This record gives sequence, C-alpha cells and structure tokens, in this order.
Amino acid sequence: MSKTKKDAIAIHVNGVGKYFGSEPNLVKALDNVSIDIRRNEFFTLLGPSGCGKTTLLRLIAGFESPTFGQMLLDNQDITNLPPYHRSVNTVFQSYALFPHLTVAENISFGLEMLKKPKHEISATVDEMLALVHMEELKHRRTDQISGGQQQRVALARALAPKPDVLLLDEPLSALDYKLRRGMQIELKRLQLETGITFIFVTHDQEEALTMSDRIAVMSNGHILQVGTPNEIYYNPQERFVADFIGESNFIEAEVVSVTKGRSATASLRLAGTRKTFKANMPASKSKDKTATVFIRPEHAKLQKSTRGATLTGTLTNMLFFGTDTNYHLELDNGDAFVVRSQNEIGHAFHPAIGDKLGVVIDEQAIQVLKD
Amino acid sequence: MLNRLFWKKREFSVTYQFGFATIALICFFALYAPISTLVFYSFNAGNNLMLWEGFSFQWYVEASKNELVQEAAIRSLIIAVCASLISTLVATMAALGTTRTAPFKGQKLIFIMINQPLMVPEIVTAVALLIFFAIIKTFTNYYGLGYLITAHAAFCVPFAYLPIKARLDGMDLSMETAAGDLYATPFVVFRRITLPLLWPGILAGAMLSFVISLDDVIITEFVKTAGQDTLPTYMLGQLRRVITPEINAISSVLLAVSLVVVTIFFLFTRKRY
Repeated sequence: MSKTKKDAIAIHVNGVGKYFGSEPNLVKALDNVSIDIRRNEFFTLLGPSGCGKTTLLRLIAGFESPTFGQMLLDNQDITNLPPYHRSVNTVFQSYALFPHLTVAENISFGLEMLKKPKHEISATVDEMLALVHMEELKHRRTDQISGGQQQRVALARALAPKPDVLLLDEPLSALDYKLRRGMQIELKRLQLETGITFIFVTHDQEEALTMSDRIAVMSNGHILQVGTPNEIYYNPQERFVADFIGESNFIEAEVVSVTKGRSATASLRLAGTRKTFKANMPASKSKDKTATVFIRPEHAKLQKSTRGATLTGTLTNMLFFGTDTNYHLELDNGDAFVVRSQNEIGHAFHPAIGDKLGVVIDEQAIQVLKD
Repeated sequence: MLNRLFWKKREFSVTYQFGFATIALICFFALYAPISTLVFYSFNAGNNLMLWEGFSFQWYVEASKNELVQEAAIRSLIIAVCASLISTLVATMAALGTTRTAPFKGQKLIFIMINQPLMVPEIVTAVALLIFFAIIKTFTNYYGLGYLITAHAAFCVPFAYLPIKARLDGMDLSMETAAGDLYATPFVVFRRITLPLLWPGILAGAMLSFVISLDDVIITEFVKTAGQDTLPTYMLGQLRRVITPEINAISSVLLAVSLVVVTIFFLFTRKRY
C-alpha cells in the first residue's frame, strides 16, 4: 500500500458529544471529542470505566447517534447512517454470537446480508476459519465451544465482510491471563494481515501499550492525549495520563527561571533541594512559579549514601516483583517517592526499612506536567 | 415419621428445612388422589360413580357415540385453536412492544393493563361480556361462534404473553445489535434472529392459552347461546341430571389432551440455548 494511502484518515470524529438524560440529571458521556483515526492503524481508546470510550465506539458503530458533532468514514458523512449501512463491524465484549446458528453460519451471516454469491461466501468462511485456527469446529453450535474459541468466532464473524473499520469493545476482558496474552499477539497479527483499521477499547494500560500504533487516553468524556505508546508512556502531558499509564512520582518544583526559545525551557528546583534542573516547559505554564514534575520510578536510582543525591529520604517499604523491586521512600519534605530497580544476581545493595537513602535522578527523566 | 422414611445421610446443607418432605407428600396426595380416583372409575363397568363393578371401556364408547359430546368436543377444539392463535399473535406483538423498544412513558401501565385480566374475577369479565355481546347481537343479528372465540382470545392474551415476555427478557439485546452491525435491516434482524430465538416462547404461549381456553367454564357459560355447549359446559349441564361414569371418561380424555399439550410445552421451553 502506498504511503499516502496508509496515512489517509479512516475515521474523522469532529466535535462529537453524547449527552444522556436531561437537566438536572444530564450525563455528558462524551463532550466535544475530536479525533482522526488513520487507515490501517491499530488505534486504542484507553481509560477507566465511565470515561466515554465505549460510548465513542457505539457512536462510530452507529448503535447510538451523537447529540451533536459529525463523523466521517473515508470522507463520507456517516453521522446519521444506521449501523447496517456502515462498513464497520464490531467484536462485542459479550461476543453476542447467534446461539441458534453454527460457527460457520455465524461467520457467513454478514456476507449473506451483503448478498455475496454462495461460492464466495463459503470460500470466505473457510478463509476466516483458517485465519483464527477454528477449521475443526466449523459445524459446532456456539454454546458447545469454549470462551476463547467463542472469542475467535466473534472475531472471524466481524472480519468476514472485510469492513473498513473493525471495532473491538474490551474483547479480551473475559479471558484468563495466559489466553489474553496469546490473543493480544493474535489480534496484532490479524490486524497486520488484513490491513483493516482496528479501534480497540480497553481499560488495561498494559494491553494498550503492547498492541497499539496510537493510543487515545480518555477521562470524563474527554480525550486527554493522543500519541504512540512511547509518547504516552514517556511524555504524558497531564497528571491523569501519567498516573493511569504505569506508576508515577509527582513532585512539586519551584520554577527558578524560564528561557524562551523554540520551546520554553525552565530551570527547576525539586522539592526543597538546592540543585537546579532544566526541563521543557508547557506553553500554558510559562508564567507559573511552581510546577508539578513527573518521574517514572524506573528512571530514578537508589544509592546508599545521601551524598551527591538529588533527593534524600527514608525507606518505608519494599515490594518484590520478581524482575524488579519497588522501594517506597518518605522524602525529607514528607512526600512519598517510589524507586523501581531491576533485581540482579549478586547485587550487594540490600537496604533495610528505616535506612536513610539517596535518590539520583537524571535530568532527562524530569517532565513538567500541564496541570 | 415420613421424614425418617426418606431420610438419607447427607452432607450438612444450609438450605435443608425440617419437615418439608412430609408437607410435600401431603400436597402431592391432595393433588393427585382425586384425579387418580376419577380416572380409575372411568373404567367402571357399572353405572355407579363410587361402586366398582369390574373393568370396561364402555363409558368411553358411550361418550364417543354421544352426538352431544361429539359436537361439544369439536366446538371446544375450534374455539381453543382459534382463540390460542389469535391471542398468541396479539401477545407476541405486545411482548415485542414492551421489551424491544426504548423505555417509554406508561410502559408499566401497559404491562399492568395486559395482565389485568389475570386479576379481575372471571365472573365479572363474564357478566361484562354477556352484556356487551348482547348489545352487539341486537345490532348485527350474528349469533355464531365468533363471540366465544373473541371472548376466549381476550382472556387468553395474558397467559400467552407471560412466557413470551419471559423469553424476550432472557434474550440479550446484543445479538440483535450484532445482526444489525452485520448489515441486517430491522426486518431481517427480526426474521433471522429474534423470531427463531423467540420461537420456544411463542409455542409455549400458544400451548398454555390452548389449554386455558379448552377448560374454561364461567365465561363460556355466560357468553354461549343455546346449542353452543363446549365440553366443560356440557359436563356442567350433565351434573344437574343423572351422573354416570361417562363424565369420568370425558374428563379423563380432557386430562390426557392436557397432559400431551403440557408435555409438548415442557419440551419446547426446555432451555437449549
């Protein structure tokens, strides 16, 4: 596929809102959301329950119509199109397989509705069954197969009509951990093989990070940040995003000075310490005297001596995770701080709870948040 | 104690209640002893209801030869078939309207109105229908079976409605949504998904209303005109005259018909999916 086609916009959501009920019980499930989802992309809507991610998915599918705003699919206005006229298929959280039909009949349903010729339908059904490794269970009823197998049938059924966009509503949430990891790899493979745009809804940040090309983090009916997993993890713009994706330390910093260049750079002094750091300053904060700084626990290093340390504190707790250990500290100013470090064989450093320790932070690990 | 008789050493159970087995046995006895007596004496060779004079099928033969019984039986069947078809159709539409639409104002009221005939004393409905139909009869001069069929269809609606609504309530709306997502128009969704899944409920509703119509006495007695006896009203009439085991025989046949219908009902409502 050519470069231009790959970068083309599949779904364009423009200022869309969905309100339920009326004053005083008005619920703004989705409030003025705009987003562009590219063709061929594995796009994830990530957020806690009630953030509006499923509502956005249902709007794109056409099960619900927006209170205001506009939606385009391949530059065609689909805002008021019923679901059966949209080239969009959904994998439901509950799978919603048809219990009175066999596996093959489930998969062929959409193709029959599109009035495809018989030979094409049976060829596509076989192709889909092979794609999800379900050839042997073709003639089983859907209540005679396991949850993981139902999941595959639901996927095959939604993929069979070769839609422009595939919507997946937390499809892995009912599976156990091992099966879920397997399906994550499988989904990614299916997306690459079929070249269909996937829009994936989840509240599991690990799932979002491992599978997505881009992630939109949502909260309270708003999209807070859109970016690649890398951008979302390393450069969260807001406290909520940083907090929701992985573990974070938030420290108050004093803004010593701001230098304005192409982007504003600030000199910062962390939590009552003397040393100053340089970090990018969001434009909206260029006049502020204090800022919240965010540091990932694995970007800080623990050392025995407090000399030369960025921060100092007392060890209050240690949590062992196998590959890593989390060291919980109480900083000298009373704030909590977590350092995560990899466990190594023959590691000589064995601090005890109550020890006074030093924390070393690299300048690059410091990021100023917008809020 | 009966409990001792049925006592099996069991694991400790938090739901076990002392004495329930005894009460259950008494209930079963009260339910089935009269019916078995009735069936037993339908095979009596003599013409006494309580004195056993040997085994014979004579009362079955007698009843089947009786023209009045034949006519009443046919009439009963015609009414029951027509009434159950009409009431099932109406009940299906009512059930779809109260479960497959977005919640609307007055939905609860409609639900109550559909089921209200279950609460109203049957005699009240009977008198109301008698008066209402009397007015219509004077205007139309029509005296046929239509009145009985209409009346039966009307009071059968809630009986047909309940199993259909129960089935719809248990059916996840996401399957219809999924079909719509897979390019099926609302009509096709109904034909390919809703109806096949609802079918056991519809059959159950039809069977139930058939049995209810078949044994109705009160409304039929009030609405029928001369010579429109159904089996139950014919039997009621017989009681005022000489009682022979013929009535046992007719009852036993009715019982057998009900049993067959109930068995089919059971087979269809068994949860398969």
